[in-house]
Amino acid sequence: MKPSASLLEIEGLKLDIGGQPVLKGVDLSVASGETVALVGESGSGKSMTALTVMQLLPQAARTSGRVTFDGIDILSATEDQMCALRGDDVGMVFQEPMTALNPVKTIGEQVAEGIRWHTGANRADAEALARRMLDRVGLPAAKFPLARYPHELSGGQRQRVVIAIACALKPKLLIADEPTTALDVVLQQQILELLRSLVAESRMGLLLISHDLAVVADMSDRITVLKGGEVMEAGETVRVLSGQVHPYTRQLALASMHVPKRSVPAVARSAVANRVFPEASRLPIADLPTAESSLLDVQSVSRLYPGRRLSLVRRDTPVHAVDDVSFTIASGQSVALVGRSGCGKSTLARMVLALDRPTSGEIRFRGETITGRSETELKSARRDMQVVFQDPYGSFDPRQKVERLVAEPLHLLAKKPARAERREMVAHALEEVGLSPRDMEKYPHEFSGGQRQRLSIARAVITRPKLVVADEPVSALDVSIRAQILDLFAELNGKLGVAYLFITHDLTVARAITDDVLVMDEGRIVEHGRTGDVLGHPQSQAARALVAAAPDLHRALARRMQEQG
Amino acid sequence: MTLHIDTSEDGTASLAARALRNRSFIIGLAVTIIVILMALVSFLWTPYDVTVLVIADKQQPPSAAHWFGTDHFGRDILSMIMVGARNSIAVALIAVGIGMGVGVPLGCLAAARGGLLDEAVMRLNDLVFAFPALLSAVMITAVFGPGAINSVIAIGIFNVPVFARVARAGALAIWPREFILAARAAGKGATLITVEHILPNIATLLMVQGTIQFALGILAEAGLSYVGLGAQPPMPSWGRMLFDAQTRMATAPWMAIFPGIAIAVTVLGLNLLGDGISDIIDPKSRRRG
Repeated sequence: MKPSASLLEIEGLKLDIGGQPVLKGVDLSVASGETVALVGESGSGKSMTALTVMQLLPQAARTSGRVTFDGIDILSATEDQMCALRGDDVGMVFQEPMTALNPVKTIGEQVAEGIRWHTGANRADAEALARRMLDRVGLPAAKFPLARYPHELSGGQRQRVVIAIACALKPKLLIADEPTTALDVVLQQQILELLRSLVAESRMGLLLISHDLAVVADMSDRITVLKGGEVMEAGETVRVLSGQVHPYTRQLALASMHVPKRSVPAVARSAVANRVFPEASRLPIADLPTAESSLLDVQSVSRLYPGRRLSLVRRDTPVHAVDDVSFTIASGQSVALVGRSGCGKSTLARMVLALDRPTSGEIRFRGETITGRSETELKSARRDMQVVFQDPYGSFDPRQKVERLVAEPLHLLAKKPARAERREMVAHALEEVGLSPRDMEKYPHEFSGGQRQRLSIARAVITRPKLVVADEPVSALDVSIRAQILDLFAELNGKLGVAYLFITHDLTVARAITDDVLVMDEGRIVEHGRTGDVLGHPQSQAARALVAAAPDLHRALARRMQEQG
Repeated sequence: MTLHIDTSEDGTASLAARALRNRSFIIGLAVTIIVILMALVSFLWTPYDVTVLVIADKQQPPSAAHWFGTDHFGRDILSMIMVGARNSIAVALIAVGIGMGVGVPLGCLAAARGGLLDEAVMRLNDLVFAFPALLSAVMITAVFGPGAINSVIAIGIFNVPVFARVARAGALAIWPREFILAARAAGKGATLITVEHILPNIATLLMVQGTIQFALGILAEAGLSYVGLGAQPPMPSWGRMLFDAQTRMATAPWMAIFPGIAIAVTVLGLNLLGDGISDIIDPKSRRRG
């Protein structure tokens, strides 16, 4: 791909918001038909650079430097000029497909809206074009009529609609801000494939913003590494990422492949590998190994959700969110539950945590049945079973201080600790996760994403549980923070002998800190075994798809180098 | 990684700073405080005694002695407005209290339990909502007799569904959040979660609704006393003063103008206050002010 004259040219761009410098002299250029990646951790100014190009910055922003797009000086363009550019010559794809669409308008209207606004086309023409565009992004008319509403689509399908809106008018430049971060690996691969083919087809420039080096290695021609609003390194992707000359680039690359050192407690080593019984229902009960030795024993658990209401009395067939799943976890064992989004992982986790009731089947924890028990009877089980959630922003009550938040599970203790004692326990838990006891007086918004995830872990270990269920605990974090949090999980596993059930779609995470892996697909467990074996030689189709789609920096670089000879 | 720039987010300090910069909040707060002060001062002192009729001074236009003039019994209008403020504020405040006290627990209960109970509570609310508030208040006071207490109850009942709805909607938005799930994993029951997590998070929402209902309560009270079902004479009330002024509009317009202004300014002040509070709490709602 020979880049022609530059389409987008950014020189010495400085930006400050409310007096705080955000960008400190960023240089970047994108040519037609070229994919340029902008890489960096959160807060490095990636998104702000994109918003500057679109002139969608918050009002308190002050910019200086030079930004030209197709000969137009963006920084001095009027709002009217920008309105003509946005969505016509420059398209943008956002990270969160769940909120990027208007929930009360059909997808057809939303794609046609931009077309009509910019070209003055009549409704019929605009809709015809919208239809073609939706076909192009892989939403064929037969299954996805224009009259569909966003809530009827899955995350990956919505992201396709967003891309259709952005590309409907054949923009010269497409800005994609973390377009696949919210999607699972299989969808990620499909969306990236789509972007790549759109770029090749219409020779548009693509500015791809990402924190994932593996994705970038696969997609981009050139790469710009940002840190704290400054360009650390820029150049050809393959050269930058294989050379790793700049220390920060190396640091990012290392973090993205980080595997924590684990001191696995003896119990887990000797523990029997997962026993999974897909045909459990057919086996006589006597043949099942006794559950005494295991910490958690899930036996042919199913969860049905009632089907869609078709009419007043008729319903669709029920949906099997979880379908006849059995597995066990031994004390101190670390098990990954991997699968695509919507495969029933989280539903299963909620049932294990007794936050949701199985339709059938039984879950035993420490030898006691926890299914169908009242909240009072569950108290002692809950003490030994805690949870870490995905979203470090949503998992804390914004109006409470850390002391109360971390102390919340102490509610489960038979004897409520006195205030002084409680503070001591919170302080200890905070130290265990690498925070200071002084942080007790702060509110959650005073912490960064990584620190909040530490808080979340502190809350989970304060009662000294035997099992921690972690639902995508690192997928919302930057690579270097992710590495630290994985280290912490590994450390606590060794120190406290906690067993983990790790729910993830990210195979690197599974590989890094788990002994065994369960692969889930459409509510069933389709494969299980030692993590290395399953991920190294996947047998089932679902596992193979996950492994194949998982971005891998080494593989991507090797492939790119081969292409270039 | 999308927009995470909340410039200076640290809690109370910036909240106070935002409050001071918010013009509608400041004006609204000032008006509200003046009206409340007026009511409080009237307990200790009024320019003239409102229970004494001085027929010799009847229907005096505004003058140095009587700033707002006098009514058809020679009572000082300024004094009557001051004393009337007591009545208006007390009625509206207690009515808001009744609405919150009954409505918020109902709404929280409906949100926490869901299902049939939710349906039952909310449909009952709809039923109350379906009656025009003032008309039903007229009915209630007509049955149980006119007076301040009955009008408080009547207005209060119609505040219940409003608060129930607001509380339910707010609570429903909080329930699916992960920190509630974390609280449930910590073994907390619905009541405890509602008290510890839901209520603090919807408090601001309720506060805004509270100021709006307060303003509506004042209007409703004025309406009821206008038709003679509110506070009974000799207790002065703004609505009653308007009624008395009605037939004398041509000869003594000040009798209508000043109580009218009192009502309008108070309601406006409270609405500004409510607007201000919601702006301060959610600055996103007025980026392009």
